[in-house]
Amino acid sequence: MEDLENLIREIAKKLLSEKKVDLIIGYEQGTLPLHTTPCFVDKAEDVKKLVWNASCDANLSKYVVDRKEKVGVIAKGCDARLIAVCAIEKQFPRENVVIIGIPCLGVVDRKKIETKLGDREVLEAIVEDEQIKVKGEGFELVLQKNDFLCDSCLTCRHRNSPIYDVFVGKKVPEVKGANEFAEVSSLESKSAEERWKHFKEELSKCIRCYACRNVCPLCYCKMCFVDQTMPAWFGKTNDLSDTMIYHIVRAFHVAGRCVDCGACSRACPMDINLRELMKKTEKIMKERYSYEAGVSLKEVPPLGEFKMEDSQEFIK
Amino acid sequence: MKWKVLEKSELPALVAKLTEEYEVFAPVKEKNIVSFERLSSENQAYLDFWNTKKPPKDVFFPQTETLFTYRIAEKDVEIVEIPAAKGKRVLFGVRPCDARSFVLLNKFFSSGEHKDVYYLEKRRNTTIFGLACTSPRSTCFCTSLGGSPFGKDGMDLLLQDINDKYLIETITEKGEELVEKFPSLKDAEKADVERAKKLSEDAETAVKSKVSVKDVSEKLDRMFEDPLWDQIYQKCLGCGICTFLCPTCCCFDILDEETVEGKRVKIWDSCQFSCFTLHGSGHNPRSSGKERMRQRIMHKFNYFVNDFSEIFCVGCGRCVQECPVNLDIREIIGAISARQAE
Repeated sequence: MEDLENLIREIAKKLLSEKKVDLIIGYEQGTLPLHTTPCFVDKAEDVKKLVWNASCDANLSKYVVDRKEKVGVIAKGCDARLIAVCAIEKQFPRENVVIIGIPCLGVVDRKKIETKLGDREVLEAIVEDEQIKVKGEGFELVLQKNDFLCDSCLTCRHRNSPIYDVFVGKKVPEVKGANEFAEVSSLESKSAEERWKHFKEELSKCIRCYACRNVCPLCYCKMCFVDQTMPAWFGKTNDLSDTMIYHIVRAFHVAGRCVDCGACSRACPMDINLRELMKKTEKIMKERYSYEAGVSLKEVPPLGEFKMEDSQEFIK
Repeated sequence: MKWKVLEKSELPALVAKLTEEYEVFAPVKEKNIVSFERLSSENQAYLDFWNTKKPPKDVFFPQTETLFTYRIAEKDVEIVEIPAAKGKRVLFGVRPCDARSFVLLNKFFSSGEHKDVYYLEKRRNTTIFGLACTSPRSTCFCTSLGGSPFGKDGMDLLLQDINDKYLIETITEKGEELVEKFPSLKDAEKADVERAKKLSEDAETAVKSKVSVKDVSEKLDRMFEDPLWDQIYQKCLGCGICTFLCPTCCCFDILDEETVEGKRVKIWDSCQFSCFTLHGSGHNPRSSGKERMRQRIMHKFNYFVNDFSEIFCVGCGRCVQECPVNLDIREIIGAISARQAE
């Protein structure tokens, strides 16, 4: 595989020194193994901080909304798609953002590695193209990277940013074939009562830290509905009914806009499978409106506009 | 102080006996997550963990706690107070970092004119049975903050795994009372106590992560307007993971649920949330992530030190482990230390 890291640094350096952007948003080495952390580079000489590997899991499009400067963003397929959605929704002028597209073969799900290792802690890790070498107290293992990718990466259909201004390196083949929505079939096979029970069980773990909302680039509302206090719109306690209202309304709000980047599930400290419901809404959007979010800069998300030919079977 | 020994096979029976007399809260594993739950016939204590996902603070300071219910009639308001839970409790399997958090939380909830009876009452009725930490993680930095893997602060008893058996060390009278309920427990031999001491030293050495908190509070006295805050908050998402999973964070909000007939509840709040300290006028003195990040650091490393002469962090490392963008508080402390040494 090409040395994408160096190519990223070169492009970042060029954009900064030619003053095409004021700031590059990318990844740098984190403080823990298997972690990278978002980094903001505004000087050409600092581009050496930038890294690229399968631990670059943060969705950097989150940092684009509300920025005054011209920014260049390292964008995996999912990041680029969310930049596109936010641009259509006029969260920033498109010309203020240089999308630095990158071919992505998936990011690592640390929770899967933790599950595999049990109580053994990873003290050192090297993430390579095909393998992840992990080391800890008294153990050393070579893991096959593909067995530890995030679920959202396993069904990703846009490993190459579909929208970009510059592209780093060569495009990788897209995944076709295997059913993209296979994982929602178990949800679909349940009766309404079973689904309700399932959601209740899953969401009873929620501690309302709002990491799923705050990590989501689509949650850019200046005032989230759950934060409304004058008057309060919804309860803020962690009683199950309050918690479920939060998750249900959020799911509706991002339906048709979500690109399944998986950031919400990765961020959740309580391991709630937040993707499942979102994947189902994504499927509905595809079936009903032939719409896929973030692949065009023209088409507005279906729930954000009205068309005469929209299905109206709910009007009886 | 007494030292008793417990065969490993006898632990479940001891815990079961405790549940007959006390409400016992202990680490319970469900799927991959270990958290403190009230023990019942449906679950069992799980001790093979690094630390629980959530700290045990919610045993005394639940995320949602009803203070009273109300009903507004035409001319009158009917209020029914809900007193703090009075049951006798045992909090079992608490790691020393988390037990130390109770020393700090006690100061917070008992200071000033208005004591928090809801916290204090439950705390008073609870015996804290700690569990020594024999294999600290790379993110643990308790030793930099006055704690240690076998530390006893905030505990009534400490359970120590000395390989083939457990050693129970009583620390307070409450702890002795609890041990007296188990007359069959044998006294520890000198060799057992020696072994525990050795394990304690080994565990202390195993805490490799160090932060220098010396002078941090004093430096912060002069850093309210420092440009450092402009840098460190940039990547913060403003979620509540670091504060909700923090054993010492205890900011709360009080809300009335429903207008005519409802309840007044105390709920966890987080200084990282955009509506934290939002005024009725709509003004928020902490209007961006910068001020909110500063608040979190200032509260832990400066305001609390000024009020109670202690740092409001026990070095459990949960915020380091769980931050979705790897914003590492150890680096922030390092940056503050380095800032003015320049």
